[in-house]
Amino acid sequence: MKKLITNWNNYPVVEASEISFDYEKEIALKLAQSSIPHGNGRCYGDASLSSDVVNTLRYDKVLAFDEVNGIITCQSGILLSDLLQIIVPRGWFLPVTPGTKFITVGGAVASDVHGKNHHIDGSFSRHIVSMSVLTGTGETFVCNATNHSDLFWATCGGMGLTGIILEVKFRLKRISTAYIRQKQIKARNLDEIMGLFAENSGSTYSVAWIDCLKSGKNFGRSILILGEHATVDQVKTDRILLPKEKSLVTVPFYFPSFVLNGFSVRIFNALYYAKNYKKTMDSVVHYDGFYYPLDSILSWNKIYGKKGFVQYQFVLPFDSSRDGLIDILARINRQGAGSFLAVLKLFGDQDNLISFPMKGYTLALDFPIRSGLFEFLDELDKIVADYGGRIYLSKDARMKKEIFWKTYPHVHEFREVLKKYDPENRFVSRLSQRLTLKP
Amino acid sequence: MEENVLILGATSDMAVALARQLAAEGYSITLAGRSTERLSAMEGDLRVRHKAMVTSVYFDALDFNSHPGFYNSLAEKPDIVICVFGLLGDQNEAQNNWSLCFDIINSNYTGAVSILNVIANDFERRRKGTIVGISSVAGERGRQSNYIYGSAKAGFTAYLSGMRNRLFKHGVHVLTVKPGFVKTKMIENIATPGILTASPKTVARKISKAILKKKNTIYVLSIWELVMLIIKMIPEGLFKRLKL
Repeated sequence: MKKLITNWNNYPVVEASEISFDYEKEIALKLAQSSIPHGNGRCYGDASLSSDVVNTLRYDKVLAFDEVNGIITCQSGILLSDLLQIIVPRGWFLPVTPGTKFITVGGAVASDVHGKNHHIDGSFSRHIVSMSVLTGTGETFVCNATNHSDLFWATCGGMGLTGIILEVKFRLKRISTAYIRQKQIKARNLDEIMGLFAENSGSTYSVAWIDCLKSGKNFGRSILILGEHATVDQVKTDRILLPKEKSLVTVPFYFPSFVLNGFSVRIFNALYYAKNYKKTMDSVVHYDGFYYPLDSILSWNKIYGKKGFVQYQFVLPFDSSRDGLIDILARINRQGAGSFLAVLKLFGDQDNLISFPMKGYTLALDFPIRSGLFEFLDELDKIVADYGGRIYLSKDARMKKEIFWKTYPHVHEFREVLKKYDPENRFVSRLSQRLTLKP
Repeated sequence: MEENVLILGATSDMAVALARQLAAEGYSITLAGRSTERLSAMEGDLRVRHKAMVTSVYFDALDFNSHPGFYNSLAEKPDIVICVFGLLGDQNEAQNNWSLCFDIINSNYTGAVSILNVIANDFERRRKGTIVGISSVAGERGRQSNYIYGSAKAGFTAYLSGMRNRLFKHGVHVLTVKPGFVKTKMIENIATPGILTASPKTVARKISKAILKKKNTIYVLSIWELVMLIIKMIPEGLFKRLKL
């Protein structure tokens, strides 16, 4: 039976047959001629879409937890939100987490996710001890940076194209409380925020909210948000290691598409900037609000309407970041197409086979799908490519293949590894077809 | 010592949710099923998540002769037994293929009767215990789309109610659960309406509450009570003409 499936941004929508599994032998027998693994559907694009998908959510057992050394082994379908319930009360935290906890561990690997601590701790792949992958040859390999390292590096950030990630063993981070010591600093413009990122490079967590619609002397005004894990004496509560799971509100229906326009976004941005009435504000906040502010609003994606939205995230090399950001922000500004959530972050060094991050600035923003948007983004793609940057595949639903092949420097090598472990193209997605990674 | 729950057919999605719910509430868990690979993953999961006392044992619902031996060899006799195993099967195929039809009847009825007879006698003698049977709304009226499954579940529902009648005076509680649609592997290729479909987690929470409150029969989503009431009220003369 075919059904319609889509990811978090509701675009594209694909008719697909879905199978699931809860142990390894079962999946090997049930696999379709070609398919792609699909976790909790939180990527923003077509990476986990295909006419046949393998849902991993039932493959969600925790197999072992070394509480002394902080090493956990789990099946790939478990959600980070479930893991947090287990590890936080025992004094451990995820080594790297993206802005939502509703993703699977398999998704974290396949997207090689990054978080607010990328400049210190790198992306998720840096913390993997080992993992097993059921490849297109029908064999299961245990791999890491030393064993079957070609498979390992093609699987980290490889968008599920090497096969099905089965078990993942990874290192956690010690915490003494579930709280974060947060500092927010206002920046009046782009130069100021870039200066602040440089000054605060020793901070464990850093990210900035940036107003894309402001021009003139306030062009690029931002709020930098820094964080450190709080120690016991900094927290005024007895229950210092309590995870949270309660969601506050649900967006009940798709908003009509006129709700979000240049005007309403400008007002939102002005209010958001003005709420920080002081230059610098310090507070101690629970990790849930710090990392996952949007998770408390279930189905927030519906505010972008039924037509869906795209999230556009690119990174620029450090040396061309300033010029590139000025150029791109000015174009977004002229287009008047900014979003509530524009997020700026300075990455640390990274040069993996196919992972997204590299040393430099990354900007992520949402655009509701309107006529003319894709043409506009094609134009932005060219600018990003000219500055030596690239687009994040987990957020991509529309990039042209020429841009992809030009901007990911190791893509030829990546494709060779795919050929080796999946010679018959058993794992194929809309994304891999669009970018001609596989036929 | 904590109370022990024996889960028969422990690798289904509903069983996984039940085991997690009850382990979180502090019960010790005995998992019984056929696939040792899945059982050992489940064991690890419950130990890590809930620091639960867990053991797993091989159990084949269709191997009736093994049932007394299986129960007698349990290291710890359970305080609560949940009979989760069952098989939906394909109605069309079952109409034409006796071996599948027989499996459906045995998985949903004969197998359950065979093991629960043994357990009921033990609970009656010990004058305590709770027996939970996962039956189905499909057992309330036969419909062309799944009446082989439905008739086996109808038999199971009647079995449970008779057993409740017999064991009540001996202090043994029998709970019949009619889940309706549950988002599990059993229906992964069937489109079900959202408001009629519960998650395995919800089912598990409802069952654990019903055990404590000593309920007799529960529908997991109360809307099912209404739906089935309507379905049962349709006169047979009309009902037989419907495509249900």
